[in-house]
Amino acid sequence: MADYEFSKEEDKRIREDFPLLANRDIVYMDNAATTQKPVAVLDAWKRYYEQYNANPFRGVYGLSVDATEVYEDARKAVAGFIGADSYREIVFTRNASESINLVASSLCEHILKPGDEIIVSIAEHHSNFLPWLQAASKYGAGVVFFECEPDGEFKKEKLESLISEKTKLLAITHLSNVLGRINDVKGFADICHDRGVLISVDGAQSVPHIPVNVKELDVDFLQFSGHKMLAPMGIGVLYGKKELLDAMPPYMYGGEMIETVTREGATYAELPHKFEAGTVNVGGAAALAEAIRYYEKIGFEKIMARERALTKAAISRMKEIEGIEIIGSQDPEQHEGIITFLVDGVHPHDVAAIMDAEGVCVRAGHHCAQPLLQYLHDIREKKNAGGISTTRVSLAFYNTMEEVDKMAEALAKIRPEMGLG
Amino acid sequence: MAERTFYNEVLTDHNLHPDNKYHLKDPNLVKEGVNPSCGDDIVLQLNYKDGVIEDASFVGEGCAISQASADIMINLVLGKTKEEAMHLSDIFLRMIQGEASDDEIKELEEGAALQDISHMPARVKCAVLGWRTLNEMLKEASE
Repeated sequence: MADYEFSKEEDKRIREDFPLLANRDIVYMDNAATTQKPVAVLDAWKRYYEQYNANPFRGVYGLSVDATEVYEDARKAVAGFIGADSYREIVFTRNASESINLVASSLCEHILKPGDEIIVSIAEHHSNFLPWLQAASKYGAGVVFFECEPDGEFKKEKLESLISEKTKLLAITHLSNVLGRINDVKGFADICHDRGVLISVDGAQSVPHIPVNVKELDVDFLQFSGHKMLAPMGIGVLYGKKELLDAMPPYMYGGEMIETVTREGATYAELPHKFEAGTVNVGGAAALAEAIRYYEKIGFEKIMARERALTKAAISRMKEIEGIEIIGSQDPEQHEGIITFLVDGVHPHDVAAIMDAEGVCVRAGHHCAQPLLQYLHDIREKKNAGGISTTRVSLAFYNTMEEVDKMAEALAKIRPEMGLG
Repeated sequence: MAERTFYNEVLTDHNLHPDNKYHLKDPNLVKEGVNPSCGDDIVLQLNYKDGVIEDASFVGEGCAISQASADIMINLVLGKTKEEAMHLSDIFLRMIQGEASDDEIKELEEGAALQDISHMPARVKCAVLGWRTLNEMLKEASE
């Protein structure tokens, strides 16, 4: 893909869409943790509460019908965005973590038997590891790790060798929040389905940055969070193939998710309401739909080209600085805006604190992926001051080349400031 | 945003060239202190006799703040009684919370280099790791 530079006008217009970027004099580069929110999204949230708010589904009155419509329109927007067959395959949750917990708990109750195995990649966020570990131990099943190469690539041959008669499911991220590399999910889905294995994909980092189509990828489940893609915190999505969601038992019980209730029990509502117990987050869903419109207005072609240009520039600047080591692939093309690195002799928390003093917000620590960080630490020859910890820069399309320069300048000051040359 | 003066020379010097980071020969008190947020992990070693810290050292790894703070602490408490050490520890912990007076902070000598941590809540645990570990050791020793 060709490098794409937003025009000066586009650059300015996009920056002006994000109030926080104007209100705070900072360089925000922790976008993999959460993104900033454009005015249009904040307005959509506010508009819902000012003009449409009522408890959806319940009321016979017009206002409640309006609220239901806002919510269901948002669901259709999400279905369209990820290419789902039907809006019934879209379940709203709080975030990707809740979506994964739902699948791990409900699906495993449905399919898992003692002695079965679940394959989990070593690169998973704790959110896409612990729910599976928990479910496996509950039903007497085991967890098998799918390890990557030192450059972060997951090889199909390795997956093939891990699948056995016992394997029921592969849980893997589409894009690791540490390595920043796109995984060949379509290739993995084909292998899994040939062997009668399901595939559940964590899309928390991919859906905000690359086009994701669940039909083309042929994944059985996909989870992502609204807040990592311009929407507010507290709204997330689970996609699941209809026949699988239909067969799964409810995850939470309560209002909205039933047909009829008697003293003895209940029959449950149709999809997707079966999985949406209690009053739902209509304002969050409306804002997520607006975030999707914002993405569609700019278009992923431009967004990706822009983020790749920023990533390439950032990596090239970082490689000029003495003592910086980039984790995973050394090829900028293999980093979708996520660059995890070490500064020789300096603990990552000191790196992030010194960068903060220069107004640059980056993440330090284990990025909620301790098994991966431990694995990468174990296979490295040279150990760093921070043990398994690392520092991470994560970019979004609203970052600018000037910000990349500021980030690199802040980074260049660290070793001298710590007395290391 | 943090103060620009934060990683001052006292701190970086104690981090890079610690006076007290080595294994003590035959310590009679040993305790590990862990701060999971930064992954700081130190082991404090003491020769503690008749209520006096006769010798002390630490080993381990962690961020510059945790390492420098532990090193400075040992310089301060060497040869001190339990009561004197606990008194300094009390001042240090209050300084980190922004509650110690200027006169009290003077008693901490180089430890005063860490007073700006009070503006950085995320790093407080790093700064107090050594002191917290020492406190627990001295309390356990008298039980």
